[in-house]
Amino acid sequence: MRYMTLLRAVQPNTPPPPELMAAIMKLGEDATNAGVLLDTAGLAPSAVGAQVSVAAGSLTVTDGPFAEAKEVISYALYETRTKEEAIEWASRFMKLHLDLWPGWEGETEVRKVFGPEDFAPQS
Amino acid sequence: MTATDPPSATHRAVEAVWRIESARLIAGLARLVRDVGVAEELAQDALVIALEQWPETGVPVEPGPWLMATAKHRAIDLLRRQERYTAKLNLLGRDVEIRENAEPDLDALDDHIGDDLLRLIFTAAHPVLATEAKVALTLRLLGGLTTGEIARGFLIPEATAAQRIVRAKRALAAAGVQFEMPTPPEMAERLSSVLGIVYLIFNEGYSATGGGDWMRPELCQEALRLGRILAGLLPDEPEIHGLVALMEIQASRLHARTDIAGHPVLLLDQDRRRWDRLLIRRGLAALDRAETLGGGVYTLQAAIAACHAKANRPEDTDWSRIAALYEVLAFVQPSPVVLLNRAVAVGMAGDPARGLELVAALAGEKALKDYPQLPAVRGELLAQLGNHTEACAEFVRAAELTGNEGERTLFLKRANALRDESGHGAPQQG
Repeated sequence: MRYMTLLRAVQPNTPPPPELMAAIMKLGEDATNAGVLLDTAGLAPSAVGAQVSVAAGSLTVTDGPFAEAKEVISYALYETRTKEEAIEWASRFMKLHLDLWPGWEGETEVRKVFGPEDFAPQS
Repeated sequence: MTATDPPSATHRAVEAVWRIESARLIAGLARLVRDVGVAEELAQDALVIALEQWPETGVPVEPGPWLMATAKHRAIDLLRRQERYTAKLNLLGRDVEIRENAEPDLDALDDHIGDDLLRLIFTAAHPVLATEAKVALTLRLLGGLTTGEIARGFLIPEATAAQRIVRAKRALAAAGVQFEMPTPPEMAERLSSVLGIVYLIFNEGYSATGGGDWMRPELCQEALRLGRILAGLLPDEPEIHGLVALMEIQASRLHARTDIAGHPVLLLDQDRRRWDRLLIRRGLAALDRAETLGGGVYTLQAAIAACHAKANRPEDTDWSRIAALYEVLAFVQPSPVVLLNRAVAVGMAGDPARGLELVAALAGEKALKDYPQLPAVRGELLAQLGNHTEACAEFVRAAELTGNEGERTLFLKRANALRDESGHGAPQQG
């Protein structure tokens, strides 16, 4: 089953500590070598992005930054057997932040990507 | 654990950690005790302790290292017992080989984990084992699958799966198989055997179309995971990347190769929008690495699969390239099925007459005697040449030979369409 993890946090004023970045790279390497991490990337601040919305019967394009305090910072796509396995990888990722970036706060959403098992014919 | 007794959240968390860590645990422990069977039992012991303690204490902050530390303590106890036993035997004057590394450096265990995983992979696919034993042991030791899951994957009773694993471990011990890497002269053959096992697991899952137990298609994911692990451990081996590329590209079609009712859909009839672009991208990247490094039979097959993956519409398929790739593959691996596929490609590339000649040359092949694809291919080539009457007869023959109901329907549909076009006889219902 495929899971997408989305890291949400307030855009930091300072860059993340280099030790954290090194540890994240190592974890990504471990997950890749374990054959479970399919794709991952960091996202630039919403200030350089845009929002395309449909509301009240019309379509609008608004340049960033977005109004929300927290925004999506990065994503990862895992192929695991269970939700708990995806949660375990996400926990390891968040634990690195806890240990290596004092005062930092944020959350990772673990979301199942719909797959054929969700639409399997009844048998 | 049964469906009526859902595991607790902690239980599921333990299973998740087990799945991530078990191969590394077993590999590290096997370095200590030099016996994969014993190593697996020690790792299982640690799992049992976790299942007992974690619901009370909560899941440790670092569950992987917790499991490793617990298992190491069990290993030390075992080694000490064995030492005392050996010492006692020596007192009795028996001729006992004294174990080397009796005082292993336990903290150095994690430094060798990559090498240990490789040793574990090669041990699970050791030549003293029968193929089905290699498969079961690989899924058990490297994939962290339970015997129940292996049984469901291969449609065998759980007792049979359990027995295969027990016998495999015994066979390794009886043959005195060391927990070591193959020697350089053995390497090519041993690696080829490992890749064969991984691809066999993949195909077992790939052949299970639609419906049924989820564990069958799940075998494709297990094989992909094993392939990716191997690619990380031996990044300079072209055929590992070739096999990974082949599996990623084939897996990209998993959603598209059956219809809503679970019937098979032929490659050229598949809705290509349902192909998994991410897996195709990963497959093409792996193929690129394989070809840069040199390649082999898996790489050639992946290159053929890539020709289909790169075509947005069936009519965009580069059949000349596919025919050329089959030409090379037929030279390296002239199996009847490869030769038959070459005939298809030659026909699709615009020379059905030459394709028919190639099929005719296969007429005496024992392996293809009752193979439904042989008349089906002949029928397709005859249809391309405009000989609809003979083509129709070939598809009817193919329908008679196949044991697969979905395939039979497809062949009969094709036969009926050709009968209509040839203007002979009334159309019949398949």
